[in-house]
Amino acid sequence: MTSDDVLVRLTAVDKRFTKSKETITIFEKLDLAIASGDFIAVMGPSGSGKTTLLNLLGGIDRPSAGEIRFAGERIDGLPESRLAHWRAGHIGFIFQFYNLMPMLTAAQNVELPLLLTSLGGKDRRRRVEAALAVVNLADRARHYPREMSGGQQQRVAIARAVVADPGLLLCDEPTGDLDRSNADEILEVLRLLNREMGKTIVMVTHDPAAAKYAKRTLHLDKGRFSERDLAA
Amino acid sequence: MTDVSLIARNLFRKKLRAALMIVSIMTAFLIFGVLVAFEHAFNAGEDLAAADRLMVVNKINFTQPLPYAYYERVKAVEGVRQVSHANWFGGYYQEPKNFLIVLAVEPESYLKIYDRELDVPDDARRAFLSERTGALVGEALAQDKGWKVGDRLPVSSTIYSQKNGGHVWEMTVVGIAKPAKPHIDSNFIVFHYDYFNETRSFGKDMIGWLVLTTTSPAVNDKVAKTVDAMFANSTAETATDTEKAFNKAFAAQFGNIALIVKLVVGAAFVTILMIVGNTMAMAVRERVREIAVLKTLGFPPARILRLILGESLLLALLGGLPGIGLAALAVAALREKLLNFIPGMVMTPDIAVLAVVLMLGLGLVTGIIPAFSAMRLNIASALGRS
Repeated sequence: MTSDDVLVRLTAVDKRFTKSKETITIFEKLDLAIASGDFIAVMGPSGSGKTTLLNLLGGIDRPSAGEIRFAGERIDGLPESRLAHWRAGHIGFIFQFYNLMPMLTAAQNVELPLLLTSLGGKDRRRRVEAALAVVNLADRARHYPREMSGGQQQRVAIARAVVADPGLLLCDEPTGDLDRSNADEILEVLRLLNREMGKTIVMVTHDPAAAKYAKRTLHLDKGRFSERDLAA
Repeated sequence: MTDVSLIARNLFRKKLRAALMIVSIMTAFLIFGVLVAFEHAFNAGEDLAAADRLMVVNKINFTQPLPYAYYERVKAVEGVRQVSHANWFGGYYQEPKNFLIVLAVEPESYLKIYDRELDVPDDARRAFLSERTGALVGEALAQDKGWKVGDRLPVSSTIYSQKNGGHVWEMTVVGIAKPAKPHIDSNFIVFHYDYFNETRSFGKDMIGWLVLTTTSPAVNDKVAKTVDAMFANSTAETATDTEKAFNKAFAAQFGNIALIVKLVVGAAFVTILMIVGNTMAMAVRERVREIAVLKTLGFPPARILRLILGESLLLALLGGLPGIGLAALAVAALREKLLNFIPGMVMTPDIAVLAVVLMLGLGLVTGIIPAFSAMRLNIASALGRS
């Protein structure tokens, strides 16, 4: 991997939490490079730091030490308002429990990130329709989350994550709440986004079957990647 | 979709709760509108009093009369521009329950002194001055009773009787006096003092009070002192004060209406503030995860603050605007019923503007703490991911 290929680079990242006078170290001198167009599955036991890694990559948490660069730009020191702007432009989040707004239709949920852009109403509608078409939910645009299955809600969440055309998708157990069939559908969509649309994806999962959809798998344990991952 | 539609969607996600809060706020502003209009009308005399107008009453009590001779003597005081006088007639129409505000006045000087408050057409003015039994009727009273120019009015008195033993004074409506401003009372009849004085069975050549204008408000004190000194140690000593002070003292007989209104409105608002503030805080607590998702999507802190504050402001306006609208309707309905007691009760633009300012204040106060806590929300903690 050349430095030009690297989309995200973590260098000597420490992450510590203080909980009632006790300091818990999650990462110590963690290094990671994610290439543009990669699809990485992150696996590991509970408490290994998988979600914290996603938070750091997505700029919703800050490292205690070290640096994080996205496309060469250092993001760990950005003030909150600039970080929010950066997230809106570069990151798409997909959560285990979908996290859709219950009072908004599928189309309105997908439109949310576009409210942060300068796009007009017509352009926004076109982008929303396209995003829903990618996840095969064009016919459900006017449906509310309560009127859809778990798999459909997760597809809406994926459409919301990609509608603003971010470079990096961060998925936290995206199939953790779904049955096998629905999970496979979601994973196929993610693979499509990676292969056809060039999205870089980092997916945290406990499911080895889900990890098989990724191009490579990182095993995280006690805040460190296993040796074979580093070799990879 | 826009931020406003997002705010509205959030506000009405629990329709019953939103409706109950809107009704609560609406009730508070209904109470506010009616009570403030009442208080304004009640104190209108004080607010509308001319700075250069003084009232001269009997020092014992303003219900005690003064000799007519005082009228001529006060005219000669330095600094006095115009003087007029009036008697409280204690009038009623047909039956005592049909109470009327009737004053026996010296027509020419009275119209001059109240020229800024009353709009009297020239022909009505001429007719009033020339017809001894002519009466000038205020517009509100004329509308209420359906009286028009040319009507003959038998007006009785609960105080006075005529020399012939009768209690009814026959008068002819010669003109309708319109108020120059909304709060000015036009629920009255004025008629000739001469007609009244020559026919009444007692109290001849006594007047109720004097009203005078000075050459400048700067000489008010001097004129008042001169007038009171002029009649000191007489059988009818005088107390001279500004019209504003007189009206204030008159209104104060009924208690401190302004304080009562402030207490009632204040209690209503504090209650609403607590209810809405608590509900807004609860609503934001319930949506912590959704707010965290919005921040994750890239909504900056300031925009989160605006969304929550927008919600509390929208709530305050949705409750407050219909509330003040209902208050305007209620005031219009009460205006007729309270015409004899609180004339000039209207929903003025300044009350409506004050209400809107209060709505915005209510929205900001109830929303600011939840909005700040939403703005400062830690995404990772809120998503329960760390």
